[in-house]
Amino acid sequence: MSREDYEVVMGLEVHAELSTKTKIFCSCPTDFGAEPNSQTCPICMAMPGTLPVLNEKVVEYAVKAGLATNCEISRNSKNDRKNYFYPDLPKSYQISQFDKPLCEHGYVEIEVKGEKKKIRLTRIHIEEDAGKLNHDEFGGGSLVDLNRAGVPLIEIVSEPDLRSAEEVEQYLRKLKSILEYIEVSDCKMQEGSLRADVNVSVRKKGDAKLGTRTEMKNMNSFRSIVRAIEYEVDRQIDVIEEGGKIEQETLRWDDVSGKTFPMRDKEDAQDYRYFPDPDLVAIKLSDEYIEDIKNSLPELPESRKERYLKEYQLSEKDAKLITSSKYLSDLFENAVKVCNNPKAVNNWIISDISRILNETEMEPIQIPFDSNQLGKLVILIDKGTISSSIGKKVLVELFENPRDPEDIIKEKGWIQISDEGAIKEVVLKVIEANPQSVADYKGGKDKALGFLVGQAMKETKGKANPQMLNKMFLEELNK
Amino acid sequence: MDITELTVHELQEKLKKKELTITQITKAYTDRINEKEKDIQAFVTVLAEEANKQAEEIEEKVNKGELKGELAGIPIGIKDNMCTKGVKTTCSSRMLENFVAPYDATVIEKINKENMIDLGKLNMDEFAMGASTEYSYFKKTRNPWNLNKVPGGSSGGSAAAVAANMVPWALGSDTGGSIRQPSSFCGVVGLKPTYGLVSRYGLVAFASSLDQIGPITKDVYDSAMLLNLIAGHDEKDTTSEKREKIDYTKCLKDDVKGLKIGVPKEFFGEGINQEVKESLEKSIQTYKELGAEIIEISLDIAEYALATYYIIACAEASSNLGRFDGIRYGYRTKEFKNLKELYKKSRSEGFGPEVKRRIILGTYVLSSGYYDAYYKKAQQVRTLVMNEFNKGFEKCDVILTPTSPTVAFDIGSKSNNPLEMYLADICTVSVNIAGLPGISIPCGVDKEGMPIGMQLIGNKFCEETILNAAYTFEQATKFRENYKPEFKK
Repeated sequence: MSREDYEVVMGLEVHAELSTKTKIFCSCPTDFGAEPNSQTCPICMAMPGTLPVLNEKVVEYAVKAGLATNCEISRNSKNDRKNYFYPDLPKSYQISQFDKPLCEHGYVEIEVKGEKKKIRLTRIHIEEDAGKLNHDEFGGGSLVDLNRAGVPLIEIVSEPDLRSAEEVEQYLRKLKSILEYIEVSDCKMQEGSLRADVNVSVRKKGDAKLGTRTEMKNMNSFRSIVRAIEYEVDRQIDVIEEGGKIEQETLRWDDVSGKTFPMRDKEDAQDYRYFPDPDLVAIKLSDEYIEDIKNSLPELPESRKERYLKEYQLSEKDAKLITSSKYLSDLFENAVKVCNNPKAVNNWIISDISRILNETEMEPIQIPFDSNQLGKLVILIDKGTISSSIGKKVLVELFENPRDPEDIIKEKGWIQISDEGAIKEVVLKVIEANPQSVADYKGGKDKALGFLVGQAMKETKGKANPQMLNKMFLEELNK
Repeated sequence: MDITELTVHELQEKLKKKELTITQITKAYTDRINEKEKDIQAFVTVLAEEANKQAEEIEEKVNKGELKGELAGIPIGIKDNMCTKGVKTTCSSRMLENFVAPYDATVIEKINKENMIDLGKLNMDEFAMGASTEYSYFKKTRNPWNLNKVPGGSSGGSAAAVAANMVPWALGSDTGGSIRQPSSFCGVVGLKPTYGLVSRYGLVAFASSLDQIGPITKDVYDSAMLLNLIAGHDEKDTTSEKREKIDYTKCLKDDVKGLKIGVPKEFFGEGINQEVKESLEKSIQTYKELGAEIIEISLDIAEYALATYYIIACAEASSNLGRFDGIRYGYRTKEFKNLKELYKKSRSEGFGPEVKRRIILGTYVLSSGYYDAYYKKAQQVRTLVMNEFNKGFEKCDVILTPTSPTVAFDIGSKSNNPLEMYLADICTVSVNIAGLPGISIPCGVDKEGMPIGMQLIGNKFCEETILNAAYTFEQATKFRENYKPEFKK
């Protein structure tokens, strides 16, 4: 049988770090990248006798995420202990939620090849992150850093509704943009604040029964997720085609070799011995509390997109791209407020800015300049102070060393030449230096005009006003 | 006058009248510890020098009028499972032999705030698991009434130290009877408060849903005083309840007229020692004479309480003790080849047999495939136990039982028979299962002169009722005036 005879079935478990100021069960800060173990206290280091106190913000953020993904919110929820031994888990249990998650039965809508599809969410629950093991530079094995221990997470579990790597990517992008919009997670994949476990299985088309699944753990870039899925699907089909059986196992994706490898288990047989955490009281939420959060939810990507179509007359495609990231979308709206030219801002974002993001593998949130600077760039072009080709150079400058575009062009001497006398001088100089082209033009070769204009641009280092240049050449040549 | 014979409220009186000084009191206690510790073995850590120095500082401040607190300069002993910053907290385990907590438990903060003086950390069964204090890694504490007998457990060090006048009072912790049973064995007063009345923050957890800190004192008035200090909501412990502050000494009215005392027949049947039974019956008679109404009630679910207790307590313990893994603090084995071996050897060498037994039991009852049959079932029975107590309290204000089926037993007589040791908790565990307050007070002695304890159980947060009932009985019977520990060898 060929690859086309198989159907791929996938479900995702997405972990998103919540952007609360403090940890889930103590008041330590959650900032990324601090000195190892500098953001710890007796509680998150699991000193004997310490007790957890649930950070109410964590519940609020999780409920927000649940409401933004169409979940039912449990009025009565609780925390459970998931017991296993590992050096990054100081209590030897993770406080999570087992049978009563905060949110259940939601969905997220994605669009694949022009068709809308609902990806169902089984649940969203809150839990604490573990610490990190670092390799000891001095050669003594592993070192434990507990800064991340107790950072709040939500785990978003989907139903096995995903059928291709593309769907997975769409789904993840959608989730990411929703979480960014409601401002519960900064979703910085490169810092691991959004990571996904992908459950993959294949079955012959038409089979009712699901195939045996493997789980790929902790992937944190769209590219590796897509590559890992493609690899793992091929591997599974090959195994089946060769008459083998898929083992249910946990895999680790290795980006360098482009392969998946079985992970050694944390314990031989995983039995987490979940039970309700007796140190924490039940989480009881009132209808009023949930209603308040519902009312406080900001505009979500879908409705923002609709608004852009009406308010700014953007194309469906552009509006979708811009609203896919809250950061891009905010950048757009705020820049428009500065320059009042939505078309131009839209063009900058979907063409040059997106291209640079792609080339440099940057996330929108990492864009170094602000909406004010982008808006000013548009104004400079609109006023004719610079040409749009100089504008592109200014943008590159903004990425490299963001500052006021006006300062940039002054500093670089990029102000457009719009002085008639100066333009005429250049035009005459170019005509004199290129008699052949002048003859060609007069002989009916219109293309020669382009060459002459190009020469004049070169002469002025791109600063000449192109409209004026064109006009002046026509005048002089047709004399 | 022997200072160490005095109760805390008597000490306060004498301090007020300037008949005694703070340094005199502390010195008397450190001398007494010095004299008696070799016989009693109550302490894991003695802070004699520190205590006397602290006494001088506090005395100076009090004399200058800088300190006014009623409890300033009053010494206390602490069970060695409550975290004390800068002083070892061992839980009487090899695992924590050299562990110094970087923070103070909430109860310790309260003690420090009052400028009380910590005389030291008191011996216990390892991680509070046991009923005789024989499971301490360090030493076997002896019963001051007879040095060949156990002091009970797990707060055996605390109870023995109070009985032997080595501390004026002490803090213990009670998960299934660990305050009340040793108090009964040592002829002192031990109170386990309602679950949620006292913060557990800083108490090294054994079974989180059952553990509670409480006072072990010479008399009921002291018990009420110490409860005043430690009770109250703590934002660091969400299981501690927000309630209005009560002065528990105000409820000691020396009057039980009209008080309805329920006597559950199940606690007076088979397995209860005859002399204990007779002493309790006499006590019931005393209450009748004092004007209380005695009502026979039934708590037949109680027979399942012990099994329920050991499932829930062990399940929670197996998880709570996971953090002792040799990674960040505590005992770590000397040689290991890999992570698994580090865990295995550190925990095998660091924990004693009873702790291991309970971790294994607890791990088993939480395992997939057994969870429903054991842990879940136990939680259901727990609800039934609570319901049955609720029904009982519809008929009466206080429930009266023996604290322990026997008086203190001989050292070594049960330490190799875990099941028999577990039975020592049979009268006390249901109180923890239901989260109720219970107090043990001495009500007599047996033929050999060993004290017998009576347990009074109250409804949730009705500490006032049982304290008054206990106080009234105490005033009528004057146990402390009639009997004293003899340090029999």
